[in-house]
Amino acid sequence: MKPKVVRYLDKGEFPVSGEEALALYRAMRRARFFDEKALTLQRQGRLGVYAPFMGQEAAQVGVALALGDRDWVVPSYRESAMLLARGLPIHVLLLYWRAHPAGWRFPEGVRAVNPYIPIATQMPQAVGLALAGRYRGEDWVVATSIGDGGTSEGDFHEGLNFAAVFSAPVLFLVQNNGYAISVPRHRQMRVDYIARRAEGYGIPGVVVDGNDAFAVYLEARKAVERARKGEGPTLLEALTYRLAPHTTSDDPSRYRTREEEEAWRSKDPILRLRKALEAAGLWDGDLEEALLGELEEEFTRELALADGAPEPGPETMVEHVYKEMGPDQKRAWEALKEGKHVEELW
Amino acid sequence: MVAERARVLNLVQAIHEALDLALARDERVLVFGEDVGRLGGVFRVTEGLQAKYGEGRVFDTPLAESGILGLAIGLAMGGMRPVAEIQFAGFLYPALDQILSHLGRWRHRSRGRVGLPVVVRAPYGGGVHTPEQHADSPEALLAHAPGVKVVIPSSPERAKGLLLAAIEDEDPVFFLEAIKLYRGARAQVPEGYYTLPLGKARVVREGRHATLIGYGGMVEVMLEAAEVAAREGVEVMVVDLETLVPLDEGTLLEAVRETGRAVVVYEAMRTGGFGAEIAARIAEGAIDYLQAPVVRVAGYDAPYPPFSAMEHHYRPNARRVLAALRRVLTH
Repeated sequence: MKPKVVRYLDKGEFPVSGEEALALYRAMRRARFFDEKALTLQRQGRLGVYAPFMGQEAAQVGVALALGDRDWVVPSYRESAMLLARGLPIHVLLLYWRAHPAGWRFPEGVRAVNPYIPIATQMPQAVGLALAGRYRGEDWVVATSIGDGGTSEGDFHEGLNFAAVFSAPVLFLVQNNGYAISVPRHRQMRVDYIARRAEGYGIPGVVVDGNDAFAVYLEARKAVERARKGEGPTLLEALTYRLAPHTTSDDPSRYRTREEEEAWRSKDPILRLRKALEAAGLWDGDLEEALLGELEEEFTRELALADGAPEPGPETMVEHVYKEMGPDQKRAWEALKEGKHVEELW
Repeated sequence: MVAERARVLNLVQAIHEALDLALARDERVLVFGEDVGRLGGVFRVTEGLQAKYGEGRVFDTPLAESGILGLAIGLAMGGMRPVAEIQFAGFLYPALDQILSHLGRWRHRSRGRVGLPVVVRAPYGGGVHTPEQHADSPEALLAHAPGVKVVIPSSPERAKGLLLAAIEDEDPVFFLEAIKLYRGARAQVPEGYYTLPLGKARVVREGRHATLIGYGGMVEVMLEAAEVAAREGVEVMVVDLETLVPLDEGTLLEAVRETGRAVVVYEAMRTGGFGAEIAARIAEGAIDYLQAPVVRVAGYDAPYPPFSAMEHHYRPNARRVLAALRRVLTH
């Protein structure tokens, strides 16, 4: 039997408060604004290689807003929208994508760990972080995220199994955007829904329309509540699509059609939520314009902060390898600080 | 902090005692891995600890090394001090992604926000007729991972103090235990809690004609060779590196400069082994003092042979070390 895909939008259902719906919309719109600006900056050479998330805002923001302040996120590299919604300042995120050291240290108050490149290794790490909360008597929940391609990795399965065995308070989000770079889902696995895999680990698996912010948010909230009550992990599969390339170095025209992209463009999670808000009398063109004005102002301010970050010296490469510098780092640090290479010190 | 009394313990007992003391002293310390709970570990290192500290502090995990390392990383992120056991160091291979991509990188990746005080204990090395892969010595692989420390004790007394220091350390430490020494090495071990500093090599025998350099299970082999050489009037210095990362280059170079001749002994495959690093450091820092090329005594460039068939040929012994000494002394 096929699992039911949870969906509210386009059916005229409005299952959350107006306040919650507006918070979701604002966070998604803000994230999209960032994504568009980031792509422009990248093309201007003012950002490194960048992984856009356009089209996946509902999946990321829906989960982020379902979490409490004390909860943690352990993201993958496409989760910029999630990080923004968790309170990571825009200038820090810009510096992160510039590979500037100041962008790699997230502020202490932001309960998110750094995104990184290796795939699926987040899963068992998230389980450990979740159990640490239990040991410390703090009831934090950990949300961790992965793409459909990542579910082929061994660590995805080890993470799910560990979480199930230890009944860890973890929300596993799969953003099923249909492609592992160029490889479509049906060349990646033989199951129709990834959430079905949950049964094999003895945990609940839920499928939501990933472009429906209400569906993601409400199911994520249920998973977080379950986890907080000690009922263990949930696998949440969000069916979505990345409208942009895998990264700024990728060319999706080689592996997917314009028709497919256009079909998904009409399911844009931001447009769908906006329609629902307008139908409920909560949103209109004036509010939209005012929001865009605010976002432009904020981005300009934050970009100036990022641009103003001092150029890091080469010696910062060998800092923070250990709590205290070892003899090899120290020797390199001293050479680099003097503008030399380490060989010149002999 | 050296305790008063000492008793004779083997390596298993000394390490068990260190874990017991660490669990008693710090609530954040957790001991876990495959079979460490009810069974007490395949070498019985953790015997009785689960009964004493409960299933929350000492627990069995599913059979999945990458999961174990990932779990340790997450626990440390959350403020715990995990001590993970990998049943044999040769079983670390499925966890290399967690080790090379994450364990040693988090402090750097987060610019100091997330440090990982993780200890990974694993038995390594040969000499006791184990099946395939159970005798591997992957210390060079681990030493090549940025941001981790690698410690290999050579005696029960050193192991206890070094393990307690490793658990106190704010960075990830691999603590490799020579299987041959588990029940083979016995020594006076002080009672109570004490630590020995990481990152220090030590001269375990003085000598002026040549220097032997090694660690872990090779220390007793080097000492045996030095004893035989002494009967022929050759005084051999023996250096136990103890910590491979961070390397105590000062002690190493000083010992080589004193004798002008060096032999490096390790039981891993020769090519790209940690002995190659030692030889390179000597070439960079003490070439002017050398009266002979540095010679390595190591395993062969082949997998470690399973069971007992060829093991005595593969694993360096005193005879091979003496042959190498002869080479550097007659150069």
